[in-house]
Amino acid sequence: MSDIASIVLGSSVAAIIGIALGVIGPALAMGKAIGSALEALSRQPESERAIMRTLFIGLAMIESLAIYCLVIILIVLFRNPLLEYVLK
Amino acid sequence: MENEFTFTLGPVAIGTSVITTWGIMLVISVIARLSTRHLEMLPGTFQTIVEGIVAAIDEAINAVAPEHGRQILPFIGTLWLFLIIANLLSLVPGLHSPTRDLSVTSALAILVFFAVPWFGIKNQGLKNYLHHYLTPSPFFLPFHIISEFSRTLALAIRLFGNMMSLEMAAMLVLLVAGLFAPIPILMLHIIEALVQAYIFGMLALVYLAGAMQTQHLNSQE
Repeated sequence: MSDIASIVLGSSVAAIIGIALGVIGPALAMGKAIGSALEALSRQPESERAIMRTLFIGLAMIESLAIYCLVIILIVLFRNPLLEYVLK
Repeated sequence: MENEFTFTLGPVAIGTSVITTWGIMLVISVIARLSTRHLEMLPGTFQTIVEGIVAAIDEAINAVAPEHGRQILPFIGTLWLFLIIANLLSLVPGLHSPTRDLSVTSALAILVFFAVPWFGIKNQGLKNYLHHYLTPSPFFLPFHIISEFSRTLALAIRLFGNMMSLEMAAMLVLLVAGLFAPIPILMLHIIEALVQAYIFGMLALVYLAGAMQTQHLNSQE
């Protein structure tokens, strides 16, 4: 198998496994955060605004983990910096 | 991600995202000018809409930073309005939202990065502001500095990644399925664009409030 073919194969497999694994963590974290927020909301419905605001900020923080994963995978797929060594 | 329709202005290349940003700035400025030119005590339809927007922003900011709401309203409000328009712009055929360009989101994040010490020092003086880096103990200094940089990076990457992946998802669905299949994705796009604009402004607001409210604690002690 030529170098290019193995790079393409490797980066595709790495990208799919990477996004699959990289989304598990944020998904668990988001589920936990939303679950706790709902519990807090049912216990104290009057503090809905503060809970929702904190929940949104927290979700944004968690979501950015998945987005980092996506950005790295897009770099690997479309702008792989390691390709230079093969093409040289 | 490529910049089509680029022309150069001296040594600087002007890409599509810059031109779109100029367009958005122009639209916002014209609307702001028109809406504040003839303010009346009994507002008409247009003035009522604009007042509603400003009041909503004011309420959201006062919920987080009650003492400094007036002061940071222009900055946060501009961020919110600009981001909402910019994020929703890719729904218009032929236009791309400028926030799917990492340069634009980095520029916005750098604005927030510099606004934090600016408002902090203006409110509590240089000494008190720098002192906050040494709390609760001087060992936390490197972590405070790392967090300043990493949260700026996170702001930029979050907005860029979200907007770009949404556009890319709509495009991929269009390639795979037919003409009307991407419509659900576009509906998701509307929600996501509003949520991302809200979150960017809200995080900037929380960072600013954090930098300004240490003064309040210090003066109480």
